[in-house]
Amino acid sequence: MNATTTSGRLDDTSTRAVTTGDARVFERRPFKLGRWFRATGWRHVVGIVMIVFSCFPLLFVLSSSLNPQGTLTGSNALFSAVGLDSYVRILTSPDIPYTNWFANTLIVAGITAIATVFLGALAAYSFSRMRFTGRRFGLISIVIIQMFPQLLAVVAIFLLMSRIGDWFPALGLNTHLGLIMVYLGGALGVNTYLMYGFFNTVPASIDEAAKIDGAGHARIFFTIILRLVAPILAVVALLSFIGTVNEYVVASVILIDPEQQTLAVGLTKLVSNPRYADWSAFSAGAVMAALPVMALFLFLQKYIVGGLTAGSVK
Amino acid sequence: MSSTTENVSTGREAVLEEPPKLTPKQRRASNIADAASGGIRVILVKIVALGLLDALALTAIFILLGQREWLVIGIVVVATGLINWVYLGKRKLPAKYLTPGVIFLLIFQVFVLGYTAYIGFTNYGTGHNGTKDQAVSALMSSALERVEDSPTYAVTVLERAGTLNLLVTDPDGEVSVGNAETPLSPVDNAEFDGDKAVALDGYETLSFQEILAESDAITALSVPASEDPNDGALRTPDGSSGYLYVSTLEYDEAAGTMTDTTTGTVYTDNGTGAFTADDGEQLLPGWQIVVGADNFVRALTDESIRGPLVYVTIWTFVFAIVSVATTFFLGLFLAIVFNDMRMRGRKFYRVLMILPYAFPSFLSALVWAGMMNESFGFINQVLLGGADVPWLTDPTLAKVSILIVNLWLGFPYMFLVCTGALQSIPEELQEAATVDGARPWAVFRLIKLPLLLVSVAPLLIASFAFNFNNFNLIYMLTNGGPRDASAPIPVGYTDILISMVYKVAFTGETRDYGLASAFSIIIFAIVAIIAIISFRRTKALEDLN
Repeated sequence: MNATTTSGRLDDTSTRAVTTGDARVFERRPFKLGRWFRATGWRHVVGIVMIVFSCFPLLFVLSSSLNPQGTLTGSNALFSAVGLDSYVRILTSPDIPYTNWFANTLIVAGITAIATVFLGALAAYSFSRMRFTGRRFGLISIVIIQMFPQLLAVVAIFLLMSRIGDWFPALGLNTHLGLIMVYLGGALGVNTYLMYGFFNTVPASIDEAAKIDGAGHARIFFTIILRLVAPILAVVALLSFIGTVNEYVVASVILIDPEQQTLAVGLTKLVSNPRYADWSAFSAGAVMAALPVMALFLFLQKYIVGGLTAGSVK
Repeated sequence: MSSTTENVSTGREAVLEEPPKLTPKQRRASNIADAASGGIRVILVKIVALGLLDALALTAIFILLGQREWLVIGIVVVATGLINWVYLGKRKLPAKYLTPGVIFLLIFQVFVLGYTAYIGFTNYGTGHNGTKDQAVSALMSSALERVEDSPTYAVTVLERAGTLNLLVTDPDGEVSVGNAETPLSPVDNAEFDGDKAVALDGYETLSFQEILAESDAITALSVPASEDPNDGALRTPDGSSGYLYVSTLEYDEAAGTMTDTTTGTVYTDNGTGAFTADDGEQLLPGWQIVVGADNFVRALTDESIRGPLVYVTIWTFVFAIVSVATTFFLGLFLAIVFNDMRMRGRKFYRVLMILPYAFPSFLSALVWAGMMNESFGFINQVLLGGADVPWLTDPTLAKVSILIVNLWLGFPYMFLVCTGALQSIPEELQEAATVDGARPWAVFRLIKLPLLLVSVAPLLIASFAFNFNNFNLIYMLTNGGPRDASAPIPVGYTDILISMVYKVAFTGETRDYGLASAFSIIIFAIVAIIAIISFRRTKALEDLN
């Protein structure tokens, strides 16, 4: 036990020594180094290789976003020039409504996430707490319908929305409200299933106690259950938010005007030909778009992993 | 099925909120308790919300009355009635919680699914995207010729919501506005510059530069003079003065024929969705008709479409399976590597390795597309010292590139999942096996891996399903390319089924909604078969109770 902690303490210094090839420091006790390497040292080599693989594209996009020169070729010399010019360019250029895209994405993804959680929680509550005819059938059909992604029906969605737009222009093509409604079509499904599993872990005796105290179902739901299941609500909200930020197909079909579009649609069109695109402005836009999502994700990652595996690992 | 369900559930009801059968007295008591606990506020909220909904529905009905959409009116009435019935009643408790989500589910998942099937049986698409009346007026306006003694109309080009409009001042000083879809209608609130109307509220007047930039669209624009297509239309060759044009086609509604007055050719409506001459020549645009299984027959038998469909299907499976396999094995390997308690800095490695998963995926694909660019990308220019490796433009290499990028995108997820699953396997198993003399590899292969697969298998199926329709990666990395020039539909060698549907429907010169929907239905069928098999295999749904 003691020996492992000692060798463990050596790790941090020796990692560097091994990777830079400066292993001579340890030649005094080569046997120990070999053993250390077989036990944990090689794991650090794997780790470093993987970090290079996983972080490299991100460093590349960060570097080119700081590069005042616009083209893709100009971005190849990493961190050769550092400045905020491209950030200023994408935020102020009259041809690129980046701030609109950003605001649109936040509005659409934010409202979709909140509404998805609310609709999903309502359904999960009834499936978890009530027994009624067609309950099992309902649960199974929701899971099965969800197997067919909305993007397969994108033609029908487009035609439906264009018809709705003829009657009610505020809900049809080119409106955020319309897009949010389409996304809410997927509010049940996997989300309900995830939440349903979590709701089941809250003991029914809590409901009963509240009921004896005179609370009705609505009060139990809003004031007791929703608080107890807050972690899964956060996970579903975050997954829905990230999913909506990434969604391209439906958004590209429904949002027509550049000012109405979301980041996924706008930024994709911006670099549809990387040769001529203002690559560093795109990178600046990508960095700004990714930072809030990444911050949220890393902050909540423990819960996300728990939520992802909750459905399957029992 | 339903009877067993009920049997299963009755056993549990004793513990749950609602006992199987309430006596009327108990039911009343529980209703009173419910009402008392809700209080006046809940009732008020309910009344206000339902009132708003009913008001909206009423508005919608009035609008729809104007459009004579009887079927839709019926649906709105029935749906609103049902919602009121559910929320005003004392019982139907589960319905109160399920209705909001189910409404969206029914419209935007179930209905559009059925609608997709319907479109798959029509010829909907470019050239066939309206009713017969619309086709007639479009044809008439496409064959316009200038009336020789037409007066000159003063014209201003306006734009609204991406549509070009003409603001017309006729020689008498009357002002009217219209566009390609809506005939000229009089307006009285135009702004004048001298005798000519130059601006209108709610519209944007195009500047001279904008007129130059859009001159093609403006010269092509023809605004019907009235609802009757035989009255002709107004067109402007220069964006400032307009002339009256009438059609060289003559429509005979009774006979269902179009006659070209210049050549004398007669085009007849023979049930193919377009006016067709005796020699088979079609006048386009036609209109939308139900063509039965034509699209499916084309997809499955037409050599030039079936070829792409087959290789796209194969590649879709290869892509999804290889993606799941590579990400899972790399993730599992890393989970094992970093599951050693003695190792320092595991948290540090972990956070840096899941960064690709946190970065929005559509951006990752675009960034990789830039890095893999053949002539300017970082990989060729810097890493390979100026090589010209066609990462995204060679059919085979593009597939490899997609798999590499998807490995980058997907391994952190598998790493996280496998780490979680590994840690939930009790250490005692390993100790017991080691005591019995098992080597580490045998312990892993015979004990840990099977246990791990039990918990991870559903996630692997989900991951397969996700990649099967991983549109973003394909579309943003290669756009399906390189393009298969021999195919009549816009399809490339790295397209998967879903990106092919999108391209057939929304890109290229002709949009074929009918064929795209037929493809969708074929994918539905494939997904359904996979779903049934995987559910049978994992018995995933049997746990639901």
